[in-house]
Amino acid sequence: MSGDTGRAEPRPIETVEDEAAGWLWRQHQSGLQEADQAAFDQWLATSSRHLAAYWRLRATWNRTERLAALRRSQPQKNTRSTKPSWPVIRLAAIVCSVALLGSAVVYGWTTREDAYATRLGERATVALADGSKIQLNTNTAVSVSMGPWWRTVVLKRGEAYFDVRHDETRPFSVLAAGHRITDLGTEFVARTSGDKLEVTLVQGRARLETASASVQHHATDLTPGEVAVATADSISVARIPARQITNALAWRVGKLAFSHVTLAEAASEFNRYNQTKLIIDPKVADLQVSGTFDAGSIGTFANMARFAFGLRVEKRSHEIVVSNP
Amino acid sequence: METRDYSRIGGQPEDAAQMVPAPEVELWFVREVLPLEASLMRFLRSSFRNAGELADLRQDIYAELIEAAKREIPASAKSFLFTLARHTMIDRMRRLRVVPMDTISDLEKLGLASEAPSADRVVIAREELRHLRAAIDRLPPRYRETVVMARIDGLSGREIALRLNLDESTVSHYIKKGLQLLADTLYGELPGELA
Repeated sequence: MSGDTGRAEPRPIETVEDEAAGWLWRQHQSGLQEADQAAFDQWLATSSRHLAAYWRLRATWNRTERLAALRRSQPQKNTRSTKPSWPVIRLAAIVCSVALLGSAVVYGWTTREDAYATRLGERATVALADGSKIQLNTNTAVSVSMGPWWRTVVLKRGEAYFDVRHDETRPFSVLAAGHRITDLGTEFVARTSGDKLEVTLVQGRARLETASASVQHHATDLTPGEVAVATADSISVARIPARQITNALAWRVGKLAFSHVTLAEAASEFNRYNQTKLIIDPKVADLQVSGTFDAGSIGTFANMARFAFGLRVEKRSHEIVVSNP
Repeated sequence: METRDYSRIGGQPEDAAQMVPAPEVELWFVREVLPLEASLMRFLRSSFRNAGELADLRQDIYAELIEAAKREIPASAKSFLFTLARHTMIDRMRRLRVVPMDTISDLEKLGLASEAPSADRVVIAREELRHLRAAIDRLPPRYRETVVMARIDGLSGREIALRLNLDESTVSHYIKKGLQLLADTLYGELPGELA
């Protein structure tokens, strides 16, 4: 067997875990200063036992975050309480969460991990050091790790547009819902919900693979105009008309564009962007709509339903109900 | 709309010679390996007498696993983990020199280990919350108090120290230890084993 990691003088697990927990707690509280960061990097690089302890405790720490969500029915404590409005492009770089601040040293290299997130109705553009750009749609979170031979973005939730500067020596990959997209010089959109990942290729070429750890390994190369949908055990690819691609990208300028989609589909798109939710009566859900709307002006859309289809539009506190008159 | 289905086509990882990026190793470790910890601990407990060394043994196994995953993510986390567990155990026993007979007979059983049922890997959200709550409730009072203040109420070490009238270093001790206890419960035990 290989890898006599730390066998020469294995440090007791209690000590290692105590140190790992200490780093986590410090990162969470105040972040690490330059000097601390170097010490932490060094500590992490010393042994894979350190990595194991740190990752295990960090995963535990992150899991407890869900409990906080329970308690927090009000907006988060240290986020501004102003209502997010569409034109305001605000980058909520969540700096204090550990998952984000965490940095990792592997194989003696230092790498920093940065996290970016948008809230409901927000958009943001992230310019990376290598010249690549990521545009985040509403309610989206990514973390970016740049290493000597990798550029890895984890799409934790939501939808993002990637404009990737190709670099043969540092493949750019996006991990989402257990799948991996690797750039072969490209522009693409990735959208994730649950264990589903949808990738729309705009330009260039990209490869989509199901989880590298899964027993079966599926991969497919995408060309412009193709949309791939990956679930836990399959990838399917469809070619869509240019018009549809343009529509799918409209969010980048704050619009939602539909051509011949059902009222229900359009409503669920609007609901991704707004606190006030559109509720469509099943009886009218199949009506077809086309048009371009501001993603934030749910009222315009409701009015269209009223005037174009003669439907009843009823406003309540947090929802707008559309039904037969 | 024409649709192609690639589900049946296998692909080749083309960069097998390259090191696997750290975030991918971590993601794999958290998603595929940690959920197996409860099963792993069960095997270690049933085959290794010295309870005091179990955590150390686990850590050795994880370290080896990570070393291997840096080169290439193993196709099956489970079979890899238990193969490693078996080897590490044999290794350890060799170094002990004197091997008690009953340990050896247990080792044979370990061959079956990799076939044993895995921990509940898909935990639905509600189940997860219940699990988390139970784990927090099981912490000794001081640990629970500080972890809840830090994690749920979002207080800083200083704020917690003020409220509980403790030193900041004491608070930090409780939180660090509390986190370790939580990890042992959340990963080391099956959800069913929680009262």
